[in-house]
Amino acid sequence: MAFQNVPTRQPNRRTTELLLIIGAWVLGVAAAVQIGWATGEGMTVPMWITVTIIGVLAIAMHVVVRIRASYADPILLPVATLLTVLGLVMIYRIDVAASLRAERNNAPPPTPDVYAQLTWFAVAVLLFVATIILVSDHRRLQRFTFTFGLLGLVALVLPLVPVIGNTVNGATLWVRVFGLSFQPAEAAKILLTIFFAGYLVTKRDSLALVRTKIFGIGFPRPKDLGPILVAWLVSVAVLVFEHDLGTSLLFFGLFVFMLYIATQRRSWLILGGTLFVLGATAAYFAFAHVRIRVDIWWDPWGDPNNTGYQLVQSLYGLASGGMFGSGLGQGYPDFVPFANTDFIVAALGEELGLTGLCALLLLYGVLVERGIRTAIAVRDSFGQLLAVGLSLTLALQVFVIIGGVTRLIPLTGLTTPFLSYGGSSLVANWVIIALLIRISDRARRPDVYVPSVDEALTQVVRKV
Amino acid sequence: MNRPIRRVSAVLALLLLALIANITIIQVFRAPDYRDRPGNQRQLLAQYDRERGPILVAADPAARSIETGDTLRYKRVYSNGPLYAPVTGFYSLVYGATGLERTENRILNGSSDLLFVDRTKQLFAGRQIQGGAVSTTINDRAQQAAFRGLGAKTGAVVAIEPSTGRILASVQSPSFDPNLLSSHNPAEIRAYYEKLSADPKKPLLNRPLVGLNPPGSTFKLVVTAAALASGEYTAETLLPGPKTYTLPNSTKELNNWTGKACSASGMISLKDALAISCNTAFAWLGNQLGAEALRNQSELMGFNTSFQIPLRAARSTFPEDPDAPQTALSSIGQFEVRATALQMAMVAAAIGNKGVTMNPYLVQEIRGPDLSILQTTLPSVFKQAMTPAHAASETDMMVNVVNNGTGSNARIPGVAVAGKTGTAQTGNERPSIAWFVAFAPANNPQVAVAVMIEEAGTSEISGNGLAAPIAKRVIEAVLLDSKTNLR
Repeated sequence: MAFQNVPTRQPNRRTTELLLIIGAWVLGVAAAVQIGWATGEGMTVPMWITVTIIGVLAIAMHVVVRIRASYADPILLPVATLLTVLGLVMIYRIDVAASLRAERNNAPPPTPDVYAQLTWFAVAVLLFVATIILVSDHRRLQRFTFTFGLLGLVALVLPLVPVIGNTVNGATLWVRVFGLSFQPAEAAKILLTIFFAGYLVTKRDSLALVRTKIFGIGFPRPKDLGPILVAWLVSVAVLVFEHDLGTSLLFFGLFVFMLYIATQRRSWLILGGTLFVLGATAAYFAFAHVRIRVDIWWDPWGDPNNTGYQLVQSLYGLASGGMFGSGLGQGYPDFVPFANTDFIVAALGEELGLTGLCALLLLYGVLVERGIRTAIAVRDSFGQLLAVGLSLTLALQVFVIIGGVTRLIPLTGLTTPFLSYGGSSLVANWVIIALLIRISDRARRPDVYVPSVDEALTQVVRKV
Repeated sequence: MNRPIRRVSAVLALLLLALIANITIIQVFRAPDYRDRPGNQRQLLAQYDRERGPILVAADPAARSIETGDTLRYKRVYSNGPLYAPVTGFYSLVYGATGLERTENRILNGSSDLLFVDRTKQLFAGRQIQGGAVSTTINDRAQQAAFRGLGAKTGAVVAIEPSTGRILASVQSPSFDPNLLSSHNPAEIRAYYEKLSADPKKPLLNRPLVGLNPPGSTFKLVVTAAALASGEYTAETLLPGPKTYTLPNSTKELNNWTGKACSASGMISLKDALAISCNTAFAWLGNQLGAEALRNQSELMGFNTSFQIPLRAARSTFPEDPDAPQTALSSIGQFEVRATALQMAMVAAAIGNKGVTMNPYLVQEIRGPDLSILQTTLPSVFKQAMTPAHAASETDMMVNVVNNGTGSNARIPGVAVAGKTGTAQTGNERPSIAWFVAFAPANNPQVAVAVMIEEAGTSEISGNGLAAPIAKRVIEAVLLDSKTNLR
């Protein structure tokens, strides 16, 4: 076979990646210095240590990629790093605002969140490295399809388990063990994406079979409806029992899109869309918390000091940022509740303006685009579905939360990937990046061709 | 699978575009609306976070900002609140701003383009942006004299420098204390504001600039100017001045305030008619001249124009299309003739300034944070209202009013004061309004003043009795001041 003995040294773009990472880091340092200057805090020693640690962590990831996934996409890592750095910067910014406010009110200084987030970043880097090293070939994941599916479901229902489950702000999506709390939904997101990819790869032919034609569009046989109904029911269950609108939306959207990609049947989109509309309508009428969200979205000023408060403050923040923003450290980002988690985009929009937010959205766009490009480039179906699924989780999550904060769609609580304060989300998203890097390394590796399980079998057949 | 992947990525691209379009709408198109919403504290805090420039009367700040050390870093304080309230206005957390605080906001908060250089300098020096200063045209002595003169009476005083249009005094009574509206305590602000709003004497009304009242006999100055302009009348022309004037096409009669004929013969010269404020003669004269001529003359002196000084003054009005009896009533400043104190001061100033009406203004200079002058307001002509000869003639008639007529209380030894009294009915049962307008020295006026007092007595004497002494004090204050300055 021709391609097995072409030892061309194709450029692997690792140096590009390194330079981009350094660029992202420099941007972060500049932002931290700007905040220090604008708020009169200056650059404290802990801040210098923090930026140094961030730099070391980023370089460490680069080194691991260079050694273990040398043909990986060179854009994924720097963009994710830049987003994380921007998140850390903004969390620091909001810490400063909170401590200045406490100072004015003669209150004790609040615990800064930036160091906790830095610690989580270090954990994320550890998991990133572990994923790169342990998952030496993404196709190995396919073997554990149902294990991942089970783990994913367990993770989803974990917050409902009495002792460890924890309700925060009305949503039961936390698990607290030994004083550490995390959102298992974030892990479930990855586990279920792997499960969907593995499951759909094997079942896609039967799912693509068309039996009944309604209005010229072929619909699947009733017995093939099973999986989509299960996904739908799980989403509804999450919504009903955990009050987590965002996660519910994310899972269902992810599953429908992956089903469509696997089967190439538009009927799945129509079915999924119908089920979504049914579920959403029923949820609107059945659950007060859903109704409140929709009503706030429709008219945030209906109750601006109570239920609409968060969204109204978010819109004020964005409006005050205008085209170019107030400048880092010069706005009032802490006026928006949850400014460093759900509403971090409002805080960024205030200080960096429309310009900054557009840049931010384009960063996400680039990240997702690189993921999808990886999906198109990789040769095995499982890899394709996995890469597209992971990219979709990112994209949908970004859309659902940023759309919510900016009142494009009703607000549902989700974290903003890489930016928001919160360990589970940061770690999970870094694992996604690790998986994408792993798949892209396979996709872009020019010289070695390792046949996948399916294709190896095909070859055997051919040889016989 | 590549085709559906591409399709899905196209959908994702659309979602991205939707997000970008949406934030563009919010941050660019809806932003001005959101910024001004009452619940948005940001604009306000940003404004309170920088040192707002002072409003100066001569060299002293009537309004300035002091550092507080609380969340709202600066607080607005007014050194003599009620005295300057109609000029400075207030700067309130709850009720926004009024007066110069509002109209000159961009200067005072430092966001005006005039302050661009200063802003840039402060930016590079790493200092907080500081607002510019606004120097007013107010003459402190005149302001104080008018304020003390009004005392507990309800009314307004405006003094103008006739040659320039500079507003030397703008006083109202009752006034309010802007300090209490500009505090950082919303509850206190609300309580005070509600108390002021509920006051039937309306202390929040900027009486000198927007208090509209019938000008009564002071409007005879406009009629006289129109008569002179017609070329058919001089100061000596004899007019019929009977005991009563029967309104044309009507059985209604108009009386003189004395209840008698204006002279034994029943005929009276224009000069004497003005001196004793003969209603029948002026009602007749107004109809001879016609409403059109009266309106033209009044408009040359500023009626039917809304002046921004830069505070917006109310538009003083001469009725649109009065019939003959209405014209007769308008000629004595009744019917639908309405004037502000500012307007009547402008009438006097125009006569004193050789017939030239100047545009009134309240802001002398815009200054940078270091008080360097960035912009000076130059006097500008509004209209040539009279020929200089007619103006001189009318001036003589007005001096005669003070020396030999109804305006005796405005006499100042050694100074020729030109004046005119007025008393206006505001309704059958309501108390009348006393007016006095004047300028001095007659041949080279330094000041023109209009005093308006509400709820005065019903007699023509009240213009002389209540208003003239205040006008006199203001004139004395300005003349004394200019003498001191010469020395």
